[in-house]
Amino acid sequence: MALKHVEEYRDPELSKKLIDRIHTISQTDVRLMEVCGTHTVSIFRSGIRSILPKSISLLSGPGCPVCVTAQGEIDAFIELARNDNVILATFGDLMRVPGTSSSLLKEKADGRDIRVVYSTFDGIQMAKDNPGKSVVFLGVGFETTAPTVAAAIFSARQMNIENFFVYSAHKLVPPALEALTDQENVQVNGFILPGHVSVIIGEAGYQPFFDRHRVPCVITGFEPADILRGISMLVDQIESGSPRLENAYPRAVSHGGNEKAQRLLQDVFEPVDAVWRGIGAIPGSGLKMRGPYVAFDAADHFQIVAKAAPEPKGCACGEILTGGKTPPECPLFRTRCTPMAPVGPCMVSSEGTCAAFYRFHDEE
Amino acid sequence: MCLAIPSKIIRIDDLTATIDVDGVRREASLMLLEDVQVDDWVIVHAGFAIHKIDEKSAKETLDFLREAAELVDRLERDGR
Ligand code: SF4
Repeated sequence: MALKHVEEYRDPELSKKLIDRIHTISQTDVRLMEVCGTHTVSIFRSGIRSILPKSISLLSGPGCPVCVTAQGEIDAFIELARNDNVILATFGDLMRVPGTSSSLLKEKADGRDIRVVYSTFDGIQMAKDNPGKSVVFLGVGFETTAPTVAAAIFSARQMNIENFFVYSAHKLVPPALEALTDQENVQVNGFILPGHVSVIIGEAGYQPFFDRHRVPCVITGFEPADILRGISMLVDQIESGSPRLENAYPRAVSHGGNEKAQRLLQDVFEPVDAVWRGIGAIPGSGLKMRGPYVAFDAADHFQIVAKAAPEPKGCACGEILTGGKTPPECPLFRTRCTPMAPVGPCMVSSEGTCAAFYRFHDEE
Repeated sequence: MCLAIPSKIIRIDDLTATIDVDGVRREASLMLLEDVQVDDWVIVHAGFAIHKIDEKSAKETLDFLREAAELVDRLERDGR
């Protein structure tokens, strides 16, 4: 069966012309940051980096949820896994992320009950099947994932399931854009905004950020033509000196976003301050359960506090996540740190910048 | 974690849809979406349908891109 609209957006002829267009309009040197792991992978896979004019540098920002999860949070996951009464349910990406002294994969090898799931509802089913145990789902992800976790918590409450919990390490994108733009050492001339975070929060979700900072912003889809369109709109904005908040992915992103998902998010969660790897604490950038849903909060129930923990020695993930360094500038890249034996999360996650460089960037 | 490719809904049972992802059948929750029907194309994330593809703007985007591409052709012809 044809994949709706995908072939059209992968049409090499169309991409070639869009690249020509970018070459024609781009004059000034610009640094554009993508804030989405799926963009990072798609940009590498399609080879877009190498065919852009020299004037355009693409930086990967804090767009990989696993990568921005703080070291202290990884340690908290491991502490939870060591509780004999707990079955830990997690997305697969987190398994190999090194904590301070262990990883979930090592804990599993040591006999802890850790299970990889594809959807939050798998965790609920697990709780039903194991009434004598507590099932803890590790909530890691941005605005795209958080509503799916909210839906699971909402359903667990409706079904009176008392042994399902969530450890919420969710992160919100607009506060991170604020924090990045405020950091003096981060120089970004335009943001390629994430497609599927935007499906949920809509164009409107970025308006307060844009109004304060007036940095060029374009919501961008994932096919090569989508990405090239996003880049070309950013370059247009920069060259004409008129920053705008624009949507280059209207088939998936509406002005107001997915309101049903937003309502569920607001019912179940409230914003809290959260610590991001590489950036530090950002006000209002995390989510915790509110009201009656606090009963499902694993941090509350098991009294787990994420402590400050040092990042892996020599790992430059923090600087890579803020566009300060590229993976080849990390001395451990390809030598001590590979996808088979990752030192930091940016090499673990398939959406991580180091992993993308390793897979798709041979010449460096 | 994102499935960027749209999937087609082939059956709906209450809040669960059966979707077709390039020939493979999977289930997706409809808890996060309003007004969906069989034959709609949706974006699925972590087992949940999160958006119904807007046909009209999908077509408009393509038209826009093709137009932009033609503009480049014209500029090239004009010796720029
Ligand atoms: S290459 Fe490895 S050690 Fe270096 S920044 Fe990336 S993940 Fe960290």
